[in-house]
Amino acid sequence: MNKTTMLRAAGIGLAAMVAASGSALAQNTVKVAVPAFLSGPAAGPFGVPARNGAEMVIDAINNGKLPAPYDSKGFAGATIEVDFIDESGGNTKQVAEYRNLVQKRGMNVIIGYISSGSCAALAPVVDELKTLTVFAVCGTPRVFEEAKRQYVFRTMSHATADNVAAAHYVKDMFPDVKSYTGVNQNYAWGQDSWRDFDLSMQQLMPSTKASDKLQFPKIFAGQYGSEISALSLDKSDLIHSSFWDGDLEGFIFQATARGLFKQKKVVFTVGGTAAYRLGKKMPDGLILGARGPYGILVRDRKTALNEWFINTYKDRYGTYPSGPAYQYGQAVLATKIAYDKAAKAAGGFPSQDQVMAALKGLEFESFSTTVKMALGDGHQAVTENVYGITNWNADDAEPGVRDVKFYPAECIMPPAGATSEDWIKGGMKGAKC
Amino acid sequence: METAITILIDGLVFSSYLFLVSVGLTIIFGVMKILNVAHGSLYAWGAYTSAYLIGLWSDAGLGDGGTFLMIAVAAIVVGVILGLILERGLIQFMYARDEVITVLATFATFLILEDVILLVFGVNPYFAYQPMAYLDSVEIGGIQRDVYSLTLIAVAVVVGVSLWLGLTKTKWGKLLTAVIYDRELSIAMGINVTRVFIVTFVLGAVLGALGGAYVAPTVSVAPGFGVEVIVLSFAVVVIGGMGSIPGAIIGALTVGIARAIAVHQLPEVELFVVYGVMALVLVFRPEGLFAPAKARKI
Amino acid sequence: MEPSRDWTIPGLTIGFAIVAVSGAVFLPDWLLNQMVISFSRALAVVGLMVLWRTGLVSFGHALYFGLGAYTVALLGKEFGVSDVLITLPAAALASAAVGVGLGFIIRKYREIFFAMLSLAFSMVLYGIVVKTEALGSTDGFSVLSPTLLGMSSDDAGVTLVSLFLGLCLVGWAVAVLVHRYLKSVLGSLTTAIRDNEIRVEYLGYSVAEAIHGKYVMSAALAGLGGGFLAISLGQVDPDSMINWTVSGELVFVTILSGPGSVAAPFIGSLIFELIRTYAFEWLPYAWQLIVGATLLIIIFFLPDGVWSLITRLAAGRGDKR
Repeated sequence: MNKTTMLRAAGIGLAAMVAASGSALAQNTVKVAVPAFLSGPAAGPFGVPARNGAEMVIDAINNGKLPAPYDSKGFAGATIEVDFIDESGGNTKQVAEYRNLVQKRGMNVIIGYISSGSCAALAPVVDELKTLTVFAVCGTPRVFEEAKRQYVFRTMSHATADNVAAAHYVKDMFPDVKSYTGVNQNYAWGQDSWRDFDLSMQQLMPSTKASDKLQFPKIFAGQYGSEISALSLDKSDLIHSSFWDGDLEGFIFQATARGLFKQKKVVFTVGGTAAYRLGKKMPDGLILGARGPYGILVRDRKTALNEWFINTYKDRYGTYPSGPAYQYGQAVLATKIAYDKAAKAAGGFPSQDQVMAALKGLEFESFSTTVKMALGDGHQAVTENVYGITNWNADDAEPGVRDVKFYPAECIMPPAGATSEDWIKGGMKGAKC
Repeated sequence: METAITILIDGLVFSSYLFLVSVGLTIIFGVMKILNVAHGSLYAWGAYTSAYLIGLWSDAGLGDGGTFLMIAVAAIVVGVILGLILERGLIQFMYARDEVITVLATFATFLILEDVILLVFGVNPYFAYQPMAYLDSVEIGGIQRDVYSLTLIAVAVVVGVSLWLGLTKTKWGKLLTAVIYDRELSIAMGINVTRVFIVTFVLGAVLGALGGAYVAPTVSVAPGFGVEVIVLSFAVVVIGGMGSIPGAIIGALTVGIARAIAVHQLPEVELFVVYGVMALVLVFRPEGLFAPAKARKI
Repeated sequence: MEPSRDWTIPGLTIGFAIVAVSGAVFLPDWLLNQMVISFSRALAVVGLMVLWRTGLVSFGHALYFGLGAYTVALLGKEFGVSDVLITLPAAALASAAVGVGLGFIIRKYREIFFAMLSLAFSMVLYGIVVKTEALGSTDGFSVLSPTLLGMSSDDAGVTLVSLFLGLCLVGWAVAVLVHRYLKSVLGSLTTAIRDNEIRVEYLGYSVAEAIHGKYVMSAALAGLGGGFLAISLGQVDPDSMINWTVSGELVFVTILSGPGSVAAPFIGSLIFELIRTYAFEWLPYAWQLIVGATLLIIIFFLPDGVWSLITRLAAGRGDKR
C-alpha cells in the first residue's frame, strides 16, 4: 500500500461525511416524530392503531377539524409535519435512533413510544438532548419515580393504575376469590404489573393468597402449552395477566382451546386491544382492562369528543379505535393544547420552554376522559381507570362489555411525591374511591 | 401422578415442535455444511402461507376438516418454491466459496425475506384457529388438552421415521450418507453432488416450512415470527450434534422435557433451561451429544 | 503491489488526525454520533479481520462485544465507577479473560465448526442475560455518563466530542499495533495457517497456540468496542449487544470492509452505519431488505470489500494490473 492510496482513501471518506451532513429547517411548521411499532409482533395490535390514532388527530389539527374547543389550526398555528418511525429493534437501537431524530433530522417534538423498555431507556437521553418528548403509551412507573425529568412527559396513567384498579374490580365483582396466580412477560412491564397487582391484592383482599408458581415466559415466546397446563393444575381461581401484543392473542387462542377460561377467572389488564381484533373468537367472561378509559370500554360514552373520535376513526380505518389509538391521539392533543396555551401567554409562537411550562400540570378534556398532569412534578398524567367483562353483543354482531366500573384517578394512582410500591405497601393512604 | 402425566405430555408436545423446526436445519447442515440462517424465514413463510390458505379454505365454506390439507400444501409449496429459488438462485453460486461466506449469504437472505414478508402479508397478525377448533379437546390427567397439539407428536414421529427409513433403506439415502461422509470422494465416485444438494436443500426447506405451517393454527402469526426459531432450533442442533438426525431427536427431547419440568416445578428457572443444557453440553462435548465423526482434513 | 515502503502507519496517522480534527471542528453532532458507533464497532471488526486472515470467521463475537458493554454498564450500576480509564480497560480485560478460557475449547475447531461453536457460546451469554432480572433482562439498563480522571461535563456536546477524540486515539493505536503485529513473524503466520497448517507446524510453531492468541486478541478488541458503544449510547440491552444478529452484523462489516488493510474496518463500519441510517429513514418498512441486499452485492461483486474499491479508485486507471 502506498501513500497516495492512504491519502485518497481519507479524502474520499471525508467527502462522504461532508456530503451526508446538513439539512435545513422549514418555517411555520413543527416537525414531529411519532415512533410506534411498525414491524414485529406488536405492530398489528398496538403499532398500527397507535399510528392511525396519531395520524387522524394530526390531520384534523392541521385542518382545524377537531371538535370545539380544539378547532384552531395546527400547533399554535404552525402546521404539523409528521414522520412515523419504527419502534422495533431493541432499546439500544431506539436510543441511537432518537439521537438521529433530534440531532440529524431536527425534530421539534417526539410523541409516542409503546414499550416500557423504550421509555425507561430513553428518559435520560431525552433530558440530555433537551427536546420535548411526550410518551404516549408505555407504562412503567419507573420513568418519573427513578429521577426528576425535565423534557419528558407522559399523558396517560402508568401501570400502577391498571393493576390497582384490577384488584378493586376483582374485590367488587368477585369477593369470593380465594387465591390468584399470574402469567406475565419476563421484563419490566410484566414484572412491575405483577408486583403492583400482588401488593394491591394483599391490601384490598388480605384473605387471598398468591400462588408460589408464577409464570414469566419470555416476551414473544408465542407458545404457552406448558404454561397453560401449569395454570390449569394450579389451585388458584383467578389468573392475572398483563400480556399485550401478539402474545396476548396467541395466549387467548391456546387457552380457549384448552378450556382454561371456563375453569378460571382471568384478568387481562391490556386485554382491550384484543377484543376488536379477535371479534367473535374473543371468549365471553374475561375481565378486561384497556390501560384506562379507552377503546371498547368507553364505546358508549356519548361526549362530542368521543363520538367524533369513534366515528372519524371508523370511517377512515374501517374498525373501532382501540386503546393505543386513543392514547396516541391523546398525546398529540395534549401537545396541541400546550402549544396553544403557551402561544396565548407569550403572545406569539412559543419557545420550547414555554410549551413545556404550559404542559406541566395541565388539566384538559381529552377524547374519552379528563387528563390531569398531576404526578412527577406535573409531567405524569393521571386519569380514571375502568374494567369490564367481555360479552359478545349478538344483536349488532360486535364485541361488547358488561358490568363496566370506573375508578377515579385518586383511587388508583399514588399521590404526588410517593412511589407506587411504597404507596400500595403503606395501605394506599389518601386513596379516594 | 397427574402432574407427572401433564409434564410428560407437555414435554412431548414441545419436543415434537422443536424436532420439527430443527430437523430441516440439521439435514442441510449435515449434507451441505451450511448453517442456513434463512431457515427462520422458511418457517415464517410456511406459517404465513398456511394461515392464509386456511383462512381462504374456511371462508369458502369447504369444511374445516380440509384445512389440514392446506397445512400440507403450504409446507410443500413454500418449501419447494423458496427452496429452489434459494438453492438455484443463491446457494449454488456459493459452493466454490468459503462455507462461512455462505452462512453470511443466508443471513442476508434472511434479512431480505423478513421484509418481503412484511411487504406481502402486511403487519397485521394472521389467525388460523380452524384446525384447532375442529379437533376440539380431551381431558387427560385432569386437565383439558387441545387435540391439535397432540397431533404434533404424531407428525414429528412420522417425519422422524420417514427420514430414518429414507436415509437407511433407499438408494438416495445411501448417496446422501456418502456425500456427508466425504464430499470429494463422492464426486470422484461419480455421484451427482449437485443434484444431491438440490434435493437436500429443498427437503430441509420443506421441513422448515412444515414446522411453521403446522404451528400457525395455534399462534398469532405476526412479523418477526422467524427470529426466535433460528435461535431455538440452533440450540437443539448444537445439543444433539450438528448434522445428526438422531441428535436432533435427542436434543429436542432433552430441551422439551427439561423445560416442561421447569415450568411445572420451578417456573423461575424455566427460561434458563435451553441455554443451561446447551452450556453444559458445550463444555463437556462441544461437538454435541451425537456428532458425526469428522476428520480434521489438511 | 510494488515492493515499496509501507506507508500504512503514516497513512493511518494522517487519516485519523484529519478525521479527529474535522470531527472536533465542524462535523455535526449526529454524524459524530454515527462515527462513534461505527468506530466502536470497527474495533471489534479489526479483531475479526485478524481471525479472518487466518481463515476463521466467528459468528459469535457478540459474546465479547456484549461482555465488554455489560462490564462497563455494570461497573457503573453496581460500583458507581464511570471513569473511562477504568471501565474501558476492564471491558477489554473481561472479554480477554473469557476468551482465554473458551479459547482452549475453540482452538481445536476450524471453518464452519469454528463459526457455529462460537455462535453457540455467544447464545449462552445471551440466554443468561435475557433471563436474569438483576441484569435488566430484555430491557437492559442505562449506563452512567462517562468521566475522565474525575472530570465530567453537563454539556452533551462536550462529552460527545471528548469520546470521539478518545476513540480516534484508541482506534489509531489499535490499528497501528495490529498492523505491526500482522507484519511480525507471529502475525504473518495468519495467512500461512489458512493456507497450510501442517507446514506451519513443521516450521516449529504451534498452530493451536497461534490461533488461541489471535482469538484472545480479537476478544479483547471486541470487548473494548462493546465498552465504547455502551458509553456512547448510554444504554445496554441484550438484543442490541449480544444477540446473534449483532455477531452477524460484525461479520457483515468485516466482509464489507475487506481484509486489505487495518484501516478498512473503520471505513467499512461508517459506510454500514450510514447505509442503515438512511435505509431506516427513507424506507422504514424495508431497511432490512436494503441491508441484506447490500450484503449480497458485496459477497458477489466485491469479495475483497470496499477497501479494494478504494485502492482501485486511488490507484487510478493508469496502473491497473
